[in-house]
Amino acid sequence: MPDSHITPQMLDLIGLELRSATSFPVTDSDIRRWAIAVYYPDPAPRLFWDAGYAAGTAHGGIVAPEDFNPFAWLTQTEADAGVVARAAGGFVGPEETLGLPAPATTAIINGGTEVEYGVRMRPGDVISSSTTLAEYKEREGRLGLMLFTTSLDTWTNQRSETVKTSRNTLIRY
Amino acid sequence: MAVDRDTVTVGTELPALVRTTGFDNWNRYAAVNDEFVPIHMDDDAGRAQGFPGAFGMGNLMWSYLHNLVRDWMGDDGRIVRMGCSFRSPNLRGMTVEARGTVTAVHDEDGERVVELELSVVDHDDHDTVLVPATATVALR
Repeated sequence: MPDSHITPQMLDLIGLELRSATSFPVTDSDIRRWAIAVYYPDPAPRLFWDAGYAAGTAHGGIVAPEDFNPFAWLTQTEADAGVVARAAGGFVGPEETLGLPAPATTAIINGGTEVEYGVRMRPGDVISSSTTLAEYKEREGRLGLMLFTTSLDTWTNQRSETVKTSRNTLIRY
Repeated sequence: MAVDRDTVTVGTELPALVRTTGFDNWNRYAAVNDEFVPIHMDDDAGRAQGFPGAFGMGNLMWSYLHNLVRDWMGDDGRIVRMGCSFRSPNLRGMTVEARGTVTAVHDEDGERVVELELSVVDHDDHDTVLVPATATVALR
């Protein structure tokens, strides 16, 4: 087992943009299906599918659940690059994305997330995301030397309003 | 029915959200999030990662925490921030319980701002915490 997974070359990647993406316009069906899936088997709240009801709330219309992902099922960015469907495949880590070999780890888990919310997502919105590599940490865990990689993700809508900012931690060991 | 913000005090508990989880839930989430990952769909793939079998998406637990908070706040409430760690897997067949307790309350710009301690636990063993979390919400 290495003394450290973190190399000087990896530290040089801190602050670099890992990826950016622009969504297709969010539709009311995208929101309705998301809400039905995450509330299953309970019914989804009317705010997420009933335009008449939603018009009478503080939101003035249908909004998406805060946890909604507008980047599922292809993005405008991928389509512009000629991608027609996402290939099934393995995880590509931040180091490989930025041109370095991946650390010698064999397992990957989602460590956690911290999110601050701004304006809600609505039908018709086009959401842009920019993700930068923020931090590496490591410590010994039950399963060996664990590498914690934190990325910062900022989402904005077509009016440049912030939808959310997230700090996401990936754990590899 | 949304909570009456004037009744919210430190120690107020949110009505728990309980789900028995498995491929019914996970396949629906995979379908909307384009998240067809073998560890969430195949017991052999879960075992290869050192778990007893397939396990659920962390992001679906994240959604359950949002559902819990939204159901309590009502449609006009606002989630200001939320954070969580993923500690233990949501194994197939497990009944999970999303829970929450008010830890602080103050007023700011006409809104009642409430701090919440949240978690997703094993419904049959509350000592098994899958996802500890916190949130700040604004009640209107």
